[in-house]
Amino acid sequence: MEPIQLTKDDFTSNQETRWCPGCGDYSILAQMKKVLPTLGIPRENFVFVSGIGCSSRFPYYLETYGIHGIHGRAPVIASGVKLANPNLKVFVITGDGDGLSIGGNHLIHLFRRNIDITIVLFNNQIYGLTKGQYSPTSEKGKITKSSPYGSLESPFNPVQMALASGASFVARSIDRDPKHLEDTLARAAKHKGTAFVEVYQNCNIFNDGAFLSLTEPKEKKKHLLKMEHGKPFIYGENDELMLTWTGKNFKVVNKDLNENGHEILTHDENGSGPAMEFMLASLSLDAQLPTPIGIFRAVERDTYDDMMAAQMNATKKKKGEGDLKTLFTGGYTWTND
Amino acid sequence: MSEKEVQGTEKEVQELERVTICFAGDSGDGMQLTGSQFTNTTAGIGNDLNTLPDYPAEIRAPVGTLFGVSGFQIQFSSSDVHTPGDSPDVLVAMNPAALKVNLPNLKDNGIIIINTDSFQSRNLTLAGYESNPLEDGTLSAYQIFPVNITGLTREALSDLDLNMKIKDRCKNFFALGMTYWMYSRPMDMTENWIKSKFKGKDDLIEANTKALKAGFSYALSTEIFTTSFRIPKAAKKPGLYRNITGNEGIAFGLITAAKKSGRELFLGSYPITPASDILHELSKHKNYDVKTFQAEDEIAGIGAALGAAYAGALGVTTTSGPGIALKSEFMGLAVMTELPLVIVNIQRGGPSTGLPTKTEQSDLLQAFYGRNGESPIPIIAAAGPADCFHAAFEAARIALQCTTPVILLSDGYIANGTEPWLIPDPDKIPEIKIKQPALDEKYLPYKRDPERLSRLHALPGTPGLEHRIGGLEKEDVTGNVSYNADNHDKMVRIRADKVGRINRFVENPELVGKDHGDLLILSWGSTYGPILAAVKDLQKKGKEVSWCHLRWLNPLPINLDRFIYNFKTVLIPEINLGQLSKIIRAEYLIDTVGFNRVRGLPLKTNELLAEIDVILKGLE
Ligand code: SF4
Repeated sequence: MEPIQLTKDDFTSNQETRWCPGCGDYSILAQMKKVLPTLGIPRENFVFVSGIGCSSRFPYYLETYGIHGIHGRAPVIASGVKLANPNLKVFVITGDGDGLSIGGNHLIHLFRRNIDITIVLFNNQIYGLTKGQYSPTSEKGKITKSSPYGSLESPFNPVQMALASGASFVARSIDRDPKHLEDTLARAAKHKGTAFVEVYQNCNIFNDGAFLSLTEPKEKKKHLLKMEHGKPFIYGENDELMLTWTGKNFKVVNKDLNENGHEILTHDENGSGPAMEFMLASLSLDAQLPTPIGIFRAVERDTYDDMMAAQMNATKKKKGEGDLKTLFTGGYTWTND
Repeated sequence: MSEKEVQGTEKEVQELERVTICFAGDSGDGMQLTGSQFTNTTAGIGNDLNTLPDYPAEIRAPVGTLFGVSGFQIQFSSSDVHTPGDSPDVLVAMNPAALKVNLPNLKDNGIIIINTDSFQSRNLTLAGYESNPLEDGTLSAYQIFPVNITGLTREALSDLDLNMKIKDRCKNFFALGMTYWMYSRPMDMTENWIKSKFKGKDDLIEANTKALKAGFSYALSTEIFTTSFRIPKAAKKPGLYRNITGNEGIAFGLITAAKKSGRELFLGSYPITPASDILHELSKHKNYDVKTFQAEDEIAGIGAALGAAYAGALGVTTTSGPGIALKSEFMGLAVMTELPLVIVNIQRGGPSTGLPTKTEQSDLLQAFYGRNGESPIPIIAAAGPADCFHAAFEAARIALQCTTPVILLSDGYIANGTEPWLIPDPDKIPEIKIKQPALDEKYLPYKRDPERLSRLHALPGTPGLEHRIGGLEKEDVTGNVSYNADNHDKMVRIRADKVGRINRFVENPELVGKDHGDLLILSWGSTYGPILAAVKDLQKKGKEVSWCHLRWLNPLPINLDRFIYNFKTVLIPEINLGQLSKIIRAEYLIDTVGFNRVRGLPLKTNELLAEIDVILKGLE
């Protein structure tokens, strides 16, 4: 077979992108266009499914098959697409409101089923399309149009939610780090099973600077921890800091000193166990400790689509290819003459 | 099959044309099984029939209570049967609660077979009887046959090494055996069924078979039954038959439509009474390329079905009214994206959770109008259990050929009720042809077929036809997102026109009787049987009425306005407060008369006849 030669331009649709200038969504679209040609999949086999929200405009800007669905329901449409035609490469594009609020139920069930679908959740911690209300990932006390005295709700941690629901691939990246984002999207797209990528995305209109400490050149080295498989957790302005384990919790030490001799951790994305995965995910809520990005979990387990196909084949083997006559006359029949 | 002669019947045999029996007992008494065995045997010896199970909403209701009563009614006859019967001739009551619940329905002077062993004080109290109805004259207007069924069953099984609980569970077969003798039915079909059902458990085969035979012999040899009855074979259309429930009919119709259109069948569904049996049935048939997806909720069920439809499957979702309420946003998306989708609503009593196990026709207006925006969806209704097959096939055909969601309405009555189905020859069922977009020209997702106004749907995986669709308003032809005012007005009208003209591609309903006169009966859905029985009765009496039973409700048929204005009265019987009446009045600017009973039960032919009598007298 001819190798498929595609470029990012092959994936650019004729529709004008309509996000606000400066929106983090542009970066995600750009990285996605870089990743798609590298997957060795013919263009006609891509289907992008989205819900409602700024992020969900995404499919219109890609020259692939796509459905712009209804609010929160992209995971279920995508499930139907993939199960009806397992040859398709299916993506879900969603946001923190779409995926975690109105569509939270569907997302957790998709994780649980492990249908071979790649989910990218744009987390900007705000409702953008409806012009700025707090979202399920907004920090508590957030002042917005719908919470003038501060919101009363604790935020969801999307990575923890995905881990707890059994997603086989869970990662986080950030719009302002194009290389990391591209690599993470590529890894997710190649994963067999439900892959989940949370992307910290700046909404410069309604929640500008939500991730400033992770993106400003001066600040980010102090706060952003890029996890790498098989390596210790090292970060800092001069890569001098290291995350260690006291036996009870994390402790940041100078990597060359580690005076108290805490356990030096190495990152294992292929199943470091739920406890460690959770602890790492919880760091994003902790102002004192770094925020990890990268892959939290990448494990193989049976996909729903493969198991469905296997069940159908097994049934065909056992009962033979179904024909209508057999169907109609199954059970008790009689003849009137 | 030749009618088996029942031997040893020296007692009087009386010939009857038509009988209705109700088997009733506690939900643990196996009445549904008893009823279905009686049904299969009755079908096997060539009677026409129609059945109605009536079971409690509670899964394991407390034993002996009124709300734990489970019933199974069957009408069978040597001539046509269209309903499970208004009121039973015979009631088999396994306990006091079953008697209490079903007595008001029984015919005057009807037969009651009673399991006297269960008429003790505790059961009587649970049923709300202050004194024993067997002794206090409550039943004096009926023919009572008291039988200690439990005791006799135990006796019959006394030499078997089984515990009492298991022996007592065989008492329904004892009761069945008695009715087999009474109505001259052979036992072999049930014996065979017992053998295959309890394969490998020889003790249970022996116990149930013994109980069945003991019941039969008891009825034959004792003094209490003096007469048995014979119901000659019905003159049904020749051919191969089976019994079918409405839900099985829908499952079969959908599988057939998928095969005939060359598509895979994809069902996205969430369990709900009384629709779950379609999910159960379809999930058995994976070797027919049927994919079933038990979704996390109603919304996910339809969403997955719509996604599957986009990917090229025949997408189907099945539910009942409360589920439709949840699915309505997705139904709007299906209207906007113009994808083929079959949405099945097995109606039940509403509103809200309502009466989950009872029947109603009260979701018609929901089907018409229960969505935001101008959101037309074609609506088809099944008329009976066997017709569910045809209605489902037709719903799928229109969905695929006209690229539209279609609502198929059935209800709890026909979903669970059975009737004989003349099995069609699969080779004679026409193919469903679907137009495909051309590969060599620019693909325009919303370019339309000039005749049907359907669009040509390019399936993902087809090179060069990549496109995006969604819930935002579409530009005519290109399908691009458009907020243009004139375009929206145009698209709203196109979508309405597309659905409105479907009546050109379906059969007109039949008009029974003259196209003018005093009275036209107009009806839809599961009222077909009771109304057919009434119309036949009226015709027999020489009364002139006309009748049209609608299959497609949206759009209404082309031929209706050729005769609807020609009658003094248009009567619309419905199991709701007049939902079709509202639509007919609005569409044709005529008055209508309703006959509305909303009791969770099928309409009764006799009540309808009485109403028609009043109307006809008034018109004289
Ligand atoms: S509102 Fe915010 S998230 Fe939406 S497009 Fe504008 S910047 Fe992006």
